[in-house]
Amino acid sequence: MNWLKSAKVIAFAVIFSSPALHADEIGFAEKEELTFGFIKLTDMAPIAIAYENGYFEDEGLYVTIEAQANWKVLLDGVIDGRLDGAHMLAGQPIAATMGYGTKADIITPFSMDLNGNGITVSNEIWAKMKKNIPKGADGKPVHPIKADALKPVVEEYRDKGKAFNMGMVFPVSTHNYELRYWLAAGGIHPGYYAPHKSDTTGQIDAEVLLSVTPPPQMPATLEAGTIYGYCVGEPWNQQAVFKGIGVPVVTDYEIWKNNPEKVFGISAEFAEKYPNTTIRLTRALIRAAQWLDENDNANRPAAVKILSQSNYVGADYDVIANSMTGTFEYEKGDKREVPDFNVFFRYNATYPYYSDAIWYMTQMRRWGQISEDKSDDWYKDLAKKVYRPDIYTQAAKSLIKDKLVQAKDFPNFATEDGYRSPQKHFIDNIVYDGKEPNAYINKFSIGLKSGDKL
Amino acid sequence: MSIVTLANKATNNVGIANSLQHILTKYLNVFIAPFLGILFFLGIWSIAAQNIQTSLGVFPGPSAVLTQFSSLYEEHLAERDKADAFYERQEKRNAARVAQDPNYVAKVRKYTGKETFLDQIITSLITVMSGFILATVIAIPLGITLGLSKILNTAINPIIQIFKPVSPLAWLPLVTMVVSATYVSDDPFFAKSFLNSMITVTLCCLWPMVINTSIGVAALDQDLLNVSKVLRLPALTHVRKIIIPSSIPMMFTGMRLSLGIAWMVLIAAEMLAQSPGLGKFVWDEFQNGSSESLSRIMAAVLVIGFIGFLLDRAMLYLQRLVSWDKSNAAL
Repeated sequence: MNWLKSAKVIAFAVIFSSPALHADEIGFAEKEELTFGFIKLTDMAPIAIAYENGYFEDEGLYVTIEAQANWKVLLDGVIDGRLDGAHMLAGQPIAATMGYGTKADIITPFSMDLNGNGITVSNEIWAKMKKNIPKGADGKPVHPIKADALKPVVEEYRDKGKAFNMGMVFPVSTHNYELRYWLAAGGIHPGYYAPHKSDTTGQIDAEVLLSVTPPPQMPATLEAGTIYGYCVGEPWNQQAVFKGIGVPVVTDYEIWKNNPEKVFGISAEFAEKYPNTTIRLTRALIRAAQWLDENDNANRPAAVKILSQSNYVGADYDVIANSMTGTFEYEKGDKREVPDFNVFFRYNATYPYYSDAIWYMTQMRRWGQISEDKSDDWYKDLAKKVYRPDIYTQAAKSLIKDKLVQAKDFPNFATEDGYRSPQKHFIDNIVYDGKEPNAYINKFSIGLKSGDKL
Repeated sequence: MSIVTLANKATNNVGIANSLQHILTKYLNVFIAPFLGILFFLGIWSIAAQNIQTSLGVFPGPSAVLTQFSSLYEEHLAERDKADAFYERQEKRNAARVAQDPNYVAKVRKYTGKETFLDQIITSLITVMSGFILATVIAIPLGITLGLSKILNTAINPIIQIFKPVSPLAWLPLVTMVVSATYVSDDPFFAKSFLNSMITVTLCCLWPMVINTSIGVAALDQDLLNVSKVLRLPALTHVRKIIIPSSIPMMFTGMRLSLGIAWMVLIAAEMLAQSPGLGKFVWDEFQNGSSESLSRIMAAVLVIGFIGFLLDRAMLYLQRLVSWDKSNAAL
């Protein structure tokens, strides 16, 4: 019987040789059984696709994917090793490495997507805001809607002595910074943090009080009247439209065109202990991202079908499809084309740019989460520690060698310095240059500037 | 025909009518009444459901829930097929790897896909039984000791009274932190999430068993005690032959109460801690907020109730089996 068994083994080996085995240089994964965490948002798609399309298995990785209750639980999971990696807010690895909140060295070799968030207000607020928004020829509100339209409403509530509450998903989340950016661009103060005085509520001088709510609970919290609006990723803005409880007013694409969003976070210790595994999981994620954007989003409907399974995002197909397939429904019936609402691969979306990390740090400084002045070099050094294009480059190059991706879809690795050229396209037209963080901070009228300390 | 025979016949008829009536009442009690009750409930449910509009659509009626059961079962089968394919791919991959790298020790990894509804039910059952058994192992000896010694009982009683009403959700954070701090192992035999739920269950269902057992022991018949004294039974034999048999009815009453509590606590704990099981299923569906979520939750509610009922019945039969006092174990 034994000879039969070994004959079988050899036969298998001859017939089935997976692409992973051809990846020279990169050795086999040191750790094969991995658990990844995610929050129920459509931008977790690369992880789900890498699993469902067998990209993880091609790398010899056996991955279990687990939904997490909220961003704090998820981060703690990666820190204490319960999770090997996770879909993270771009601000989380930075804040953790910096020591804002739990101190831990988290790195990211892979940026998961661009855009994908929106700001939604309740029907009541929308009715009041709508009066302040100019209308186009077709009678529909002109976009992008600025927070200028919200300002009189906030003032009305404040005059009545009512607090104006809005929800975001985490103190160092993209959503917090985007919501703050949008409010401040419209002249509404979102409040400062003062961690050195152990004030981490972020409500000092605030005209709008922001508080944390986990993404999937946003619509229910809005419906209950606890908050008047929120900033969250998909499908929770479209969910509000479908449920008829709120109206999305602006997407982050309009606040900052092609802004970096989630990242894939792992602990620095993991990357050091299991270098092959790290490169291999990055390879799988790059392939998944490519599949998601292939042929002008041709695979998106299939991706939406996978995401609507109850173990992934679990919302209805139609709700997820709305944003994933390139349209976005604002007010009920006001569906507009936003082909780049979710970008997973185009525009070098997956490359972990230092300048992306630094933008988040500038906002942390602007709102007081970084309480003191820091030099430009401090920003750059921290970005280098957290964002790891070196790992990404290794993974991408080996994929190019295996002919699974094309070199033209990636930055020129020989010359790339990790800084995007100065970016315009912000809602307030302020230009961002990642090489000069301090100069950038000083450009804002609302927010802490160089030398300011609370 | 004499008057006597006529009268006899009449009594006979009355007798038949009586026994017929008896049978009817019996059937009415056992089958027809519950059937009507359920039918009535289903009617009220479907009428009420149609009139409750939620932001996720109409509240699910009985038929929506029934469809959900079959789709949950189909999902289970589909997932099993995926698991088979997973193992097949893995076998091939392992074989290929061994061929390339002879030193590699191929290992068969468990399926990494999602847990189906049926899997969740089984997980919950295993967790609740483990927690309950652990609680029994602690509670029964403790209860006997307390019942035997009045001083010990008065000493420990205040502590029991304080811990008894504590909600499982209050215990859970503490349990979670302690488990993750003390149970450190590279290749843990038990999952931490399993331990968290199990210990929470244990902590909550301990008390009714302790109290009932100690009362049962303390209320021991004086005659039996005297017999034991006269025979000069050694302490252990006294416990084995006199105490345990006579306190078994109370013990089981406590165990039945505890198992009911354990099942309720488990669902809440799984929900809060997101550890696998029916509670997680309910919470996940709530978070998903899809148009089918409510009917899936309702399906889970019915299953939770039905399992709770079965657990209670199982305890009852066990109690009747071992107990001499059947009056305590009435259906």
